[in-house]
Order: sequence, then structure tokens, then C-alpha cells
Amino acid sequence: MVKMKTKGIVVSQEKLTDDVYSLWLSAAVAESAQAGQFIGIYPRNEATLLPRPLSICEVSDDRRQLRLVYRVVGQGTTEFTTYKVGDIVSFLGILGNGFPLDESELSQKQVFLVGGGIGIAPLVELAKTLPLKVQADAKDNTACSLDIFLGYRNQQTFLTNELKNYGNIHIATDDGSIGIHGSVIDAIEAQRAKAKLPDLIYACGPLPMLQAVKEYGERENIKIYLSLEERMACGIGACLGCVCKTKERDYHTGVYNTRICTEGPVYEAGRVIL
Amino acid sequence: MEKLAINIAGIDLKNPVMTASGTFGAGREYSEFVDLSQLGAVVTKGVSLEAWEGNPTPRIAETYGGMLNAIGLQNPGVDVFIERDLPYLQKYDTRVIVNVCGKTVEEYLGVVERLADTTVDMLEINVSCPNVKEGALAFGQNAESLFYVTSQIAAVARQPVIIKLSPNVTDITEMAKAAEAGGASAISLINTLIGMKIDIHRRTFALANRTGGLSGPAIRPVAVRMVYQAAQAVRIPIIGMGGIICADDAIEFIFAGATAIAVGTMNFTNPAITTEIITGISDYLDKHDIADITALRLALNH
Repeated sequence: MVKMKTKGIVVSQEKLTDDVYSLWLSAAVAESAQAGQFIGIYPRNEATLLPRPLSICEVSDDRRQLRLVYRVVGQGTTEFTTYKVGDIVSFLGILGNGFPLDESELSQKQVFLVGGGIGIAPLVELAKTLPLKVQADAKDNTACSLDIFLGYRNQQTFLTNELKNYGNIHIATDDGSIGIHGSVIDAIEAQRAKAKLPDLIYACGPLPMLQAVKEYGERENIKIYLSLEERMACGIGACLGCVCKTKERDYHTGVYNTRICTEGPVYEAGRVIL
Repeated sequence: MEKLAINIAGIDLKNPVMTASGTFGAGREYSEFVDLSQLGAVVTKGVSLEAWEGNPTPRIAETYGGMLNAIGLQNPGVDVFIERDLPYLQKYDTRVIVNVCGKTVEEYLGVVERLADTTVDMLEINVSCPNVKEGALAFGQNAESLFYVTSQIAAVARQPVIIKLSPNVTDITEMAKAAEAGGASAISLINTLIGMKIDIHRRTFALANRTGGLSGPAIRPVAVRMVYQAAQAVRIPIIGMGGIICADDAIEFIFAGATAIAVGTMNFTNPAITTEIITGISDYLDKHDIADITALRLALNH
């Protein structure tokens, strides 16, 4: 797959919550984008040098547009909120590896998607890509059943409408304003009496959530794919800024570190030490 | 493009544009963006005798017009470099300069000896990394230590030795002179400036290592000044670097006394910047009707 510095044109920008925005970009590289991959957007402000890694939330049906759902956290993302329809955006992409979609792991299986905060974004394209029982052909033997656990800070939720078409939604909030008062793990435990344990979990979110999901998976012997996040500079595996500790010696780095931008951002949970 | 050709310590380079160590891996990652054969030289990420794990994360923090890094010289060690990375680089028509790091003089010598029988063109000795606790910077902040380590390395090295100087010193000319006296064939400067960033919302350091090396255009005037000062102090060639983002910046370093230049942090902003800078330097020479880039070195109007 080709990585390149390229351009996209802003198709739309929408404010989803106080600090979460949705940006659709028209870009040729959308064609090859997969759920779980990301791009690095370069802010225009020349005092900000580094590309901002944003996960791909969705790819349009015609595969010509990328949707990015991002939280405003600093100078770069603040600048992104000012982008208007027709603006040109410079970015590096498509970066990283997507969520594995192994038929043998999905066929007739119970799958959980677990997202926390802005980590919910890549789950939308993932849900769209999974072969689902709730979709068209319920008799499809290769399809999986989906439960989606979403953690938010408060009642300012986002992307729940997109995701509810693909599975049963379970919400947890830090302040208890909607759904379960607590974490997504609390929501998963609350669901336990009603549903069978999943065969596979895909998760993306803040580190404490990923640690909890990993621990849960290890305790219950469930396979998990985690999408990780780290401060990065180059985005293409050269600077060694965005590493995560690994259980085994990493082939490329020669040490117990993996490059999240290049070997990740998605890992089988057993490979990494969080 | 003969007009861009330069020579450092007897090694011909097709142009003066190199990559700054640590920003370009061992070239492979950038080969999707840049034809490595167009570069004057690829300077590799620091290579040590054994594999180094590097520092905890976060290792990166952006600052105004720059960035802090505290990677800690993570690398797979010299044997992996020789077996895997060097053969890849050899496919390209460019010079290969290996950045050598160590915690002790013996470790530096070990790497230098392993590289002796390889096709590596030059060695850049990293005595200036601010992000590792032992060795490295300790050698680069004291003129006597720098003289000692340089002379030890120069005695065993088969390739020309470039000493990479730290800007985290009181007088850069003392260090430049110590490297020259120790037998260095060239010096390169500047490595990063030690900096710190505090996240006021989380009330913590932005980097796990607390301090990191500041690079990017924010440091360029410091680098230009130090290259100029060093050029007044020594006769050996200087590879100038620090915040170069365009051809004009590269040319500024040559006027300041550099024979060659290296591009670092800007690779992160534009992975194809090195080739754009080569083109830009060539255009400048054409525009000013200059037949040989070496004529620009220290060609200042006083």
C-alpha cells in the first residue's frame, strides 16, 4: 500500500458535541482506506510542524471520501474546526494497519466493539465492514452478532446513531447522565447476565479503558484487538516516537518495542504491554 | 548537477544535502517519498553495539516552531544494522554515514570496529545526545573528554570520522577545536538543545523523560551562529544543521561556514523536503550564476 503526502478537499464539517467535530474530506486515497487505519493531517499554521494522527471514522460508499471525527485538544485540532467546505487539507496517508477481519474469527461469532471517547470513531467503519447477522441476510452462516459498548464523559454522545444500525448499543458515562454510571467495563459486566460472553472484542479508547479491556479479555479468555494511540512525529516508522512495549522482541526494532504508526495501531492484545 | 558536488574528507558527495540522524531511520521508511539516490548522503539513526530499548513514552512533544524528543537512541544494534539496513541502503547511489552512539568509549570503539570492513562511507560520532543518561552527551560537554574519545575512535576507524557536537555547551569553539585536535575529519552541528515542556492542565511533564532535545526552525538562529563560530575556529569541514526547512535556510548555513547541511525535523512535516531543498539550492545557484556551490562558503559581504 502506498503512503503519500496528499491533499483532500473539505466536503463538510459538523460540530457533534462541545468539543467533537466531524469532517468529511474528498481524497483519492480514500479508495484504499480500511477500518482502523489513520491519516496525519498537517495544520496550516507553520509553527505547528507535526501531522496530527486522526483515525478514519468512515469511508463513503463510493470510496472517494473519508470521515474524520476528532476531539479538539490543542492548536492543531482547534485549527481544523475552522476548515470550511472547499478548503484544501494537506495530509499523510493512508497510515497504519486496520482491524484484522479474519473470517474464522468472525463466522457465527459473538463480537463486542468497545469504544471510549474519541476512540469510538474508528468503530463506525469497522461496524460497517464486519459481516453482520443484523444486516441483509440473517441466514448468512459467516456473519457475526454485534454488541457495541460506548463510553462517554456525559450526555454529549456522538456516533451512536451511526452505530445503532449494526448492533445493540450499550452506553456508559463517567457522570451517569445516561446509560450505566461508570466505565464500558461496567457496561459489559452489567450485560453479562443477559448475553453470552463474546468470542472476540475490538477496542479503541483511552489507555485505562484499553488496560481494563485487556485484563477482562485475559480473565475470560477472549481474543482482543486493541487500537493504540501515542504521540508521534513522522507517522511512517522512522522517528521511533510512538512505541509500545511488547511481550516478544519486535522484528523491526530489535527490542521490546513496536512502532504504533507502522506495525499498529491495531494489535492483538497479547502482543503488547500497556 | 556538478555545481552541487562537494567533498568531505576525501569523500565525494553529489550534493551537500544529508539527512539528520534520528529523523530518517535508515532510509527505508522514506524511500516511499524520496529517491534516496538523489541525496548527498543518508545519515542513519544512532547505532550502538547492542540493541537499546530507548526511553518510556511520551517521547515526543510539539513546541512553537519546533519539537522536543526523548527517544533515547532506541536501535536494534550494529549487527542488525549491518545485516539488514546497510544492504538496503547500498541499493542506492548515495553516501552512507552511520551515526555511532555508545555509553562508554569501548562501546563506541566496538561499533566503529564492526563497521570497519563494511561499505559505510563515513562515521558520525554521537557525543551529543541529551536523552541518554550515560556516555553520549557526557563526552560532548567537556573538551578533554571529547578530545580523548575522538582520538581513540580516530585511531581505529577505517572511515573518516565526523564528530557531532552538542549546542549545550558554553563555548562551541572549544569543542570544535577539541574534535579537530583529536583527529576528527569533520564536525557536524548542532544536535538538539535541551528543553522541557510542562502540560499545565495535567500538571505534568509533556515527556516521560522530563527533558528532551529541541529541534525544528525555532533553533535555527542558534545553529547558524554556532556553525559560524566553529568555522572561525577549525579548518576541518562542517556539516551544518538545526531547523532547516527550505533551500534558503540550507544556503544560509553554507554562508555561515558549512560545507554540507542536514535536514532533520522538517522530514516529519514534509517527507520529500530533502529533494525539494536540493532543487532549491540548484535554482539559487543558477539564478545567481554561480558555477560551484563551494564558492558560497563564508562568501559574506562585510
